Amino acid sequence: MAKVVQQKMMSLNGDEAVAWAAKQSNVDVVAAFPITPQTIIMERIAEFIHDGEMDAEIIRVESEHSALSASWGAAVAGARAFTATAANGLALMWEILYIVSSTRTPVVMAIVNRALSGPINIHCDHGDSMGARDSGWIQIYSEDAQEAYDNVIQAFRISEHEDVLLPVMVMLDGFLISHTMQNVQILPDEVVSDFVGVRKVAKIKLPEFYGDKEIPFMLNPKYPISIGPLDLYDYYFEHKMQQIEAMRRAPNVIRQVHKEYAEISGRSYGDGMLDPYKVDDADALIIGIGSTMGTLKAVVDELREEGKKLGSVRIRVFRPFPADEIRKLASGVSSVGVLDRSASFGAEGGPLFLEVRSALYSLRDRPPVLGYVYGLGGRDMPPKLLKKIAEEVLSAKEEPEKPKIAFPGVRE
Amino acid sequence: MSALKGWKEIPIGGLPFEPAVKYKTGDWRVFKPVINKDKCVKCGLCWMFCPDNAIIWDGENHPTVDYEFCKGCGICAHECPVKAIEMVRE
Repeated sequence: MAKVVQQKMMSLNGDEAVAWAAKQSNVDVVAAFPITPQTIIMERIAEFIHDGEMDAEIIRVESEHSALSASWGAAVAGARAFTATAANGLALMWEILYIVSSTRTPVVMAIVNRALSGPINIHCDHGDSMGARDSGWIQIYSEDAQEAYDNVIQAFRISEHEDVLLPVMVMLDGFLISHTMQNVQILPDEVVSDFVGVRKVAKIKLPEFYGDKEIPFMLNPKYPISIGPLDLYDYYFEHKMQQIEAMRRAPNVIRQVHKEYAEISGRSYGDGMLDPYKVDDADALIIGIGSTMGTLKAVVDELREEGKKLGSVRIRVFRPFPADEIRKLASGVSSVGVLDRSASFGAEGGPLFLEVRSALYSLRDRPPVLGYVYGLGGRDMPPKLLKKIAEEVLSAKEEPEKPKIAFPGVRE
Repeated sequence: MSALKGWKEIPIGGLPFEPAVKYKTGDWRVFKPVINKDKCVKCGLCWMFCPDNAIIWDGENHPTVDYEFCKGCGICAHECPVKAIEMVRE
């Protein structure tokens, strides 16, 4: 087992922590367009490059559509590419999200979660990245600036792993993490550099027609291939099946990379897929995503002092969704609450609620699941309100006939 | 075309695993170009303009049509300076 490395404590906000991670991860190309609350990431990276601390090509593009297109182009040419965006910027990338994932191109993108217009809003909710949950990207959500740093470093290894070859988005809550100064442990440059290595382009085996040889899966004049050609009803489904299979393989890689990173950094977050807190003897669980789950830990502690056995589960990886782990954790508890920081208009609940409730359906004694949509557009979620939700979840007895979705924090 | 392959047999990412020459596009055609050898002056404009490389040269050095690939677009007939190519309904 590797030894935990001595690290430097720095005062950084979440965006700066992400920029540090990109700087240390041997990134070759960065293409991005500024958008609040992501802008600081690109500003810091531009400064690093200008000051000679980071050896990467920065492409100043005219839109997010171009930002992700340029990152994709760089990645299919064999470079390690990084980009970052938020909300409406992510919306403008939509077309390219699917192209990057379907051409199995490793790209890492930081998403600073911000409510999608309209009405226009710059504050945190998860509506932007939740909308992209079916775009074929791996989604890793962070709880704080430290974890955002850790996640970006791990993301390169996950994305480029030959069993995966899928792009990864790393989420951090807008302002709550992105603009909040925190003590962040920064690994030495060479340690991160060794951990991620220089990008190794995956090999693909060509069929017999081309001489049955292995070639690098990239644009290279020596081995000409077309990337992204027309694919109709005869093969499109098969290629989608390959993406589904890659997502199935991803959890093992995510756990392995998380474990290796924990060995050098001394930091771990559950098994890498989700981060449970005081769940062993819990009567009820609250499952959620992002910075609110940090607040919830304090609420769990408070309730435990009162003798109420609550546990919390923070989903780190939403895609691929850790359904098996959720089933394991929730079997035996008497109730489950789910916190969604995004709405799915017209659905029976928020995206996380739907996933959790669906995962628990196969349990013989499934607990009632209560859904809470909160914090839209940056609406505060104070500990007092979390405590109220927790007490309601603890006292829930049976599954209501129709899902019970509450909207804590909204005014009547 | 050979039998369609399963998802485990093909390269990932939508990479083509068979060249375009194995994909016969001739059955897309509604009109086929017919070259009148008596009128043809062998200038080669049809060969140059054909977007699918479907004009080939026969043994007598006459341009002729490869009907396995000709999609029947009619560009050759349009470009022919001596009107030696007629588009005929299939």
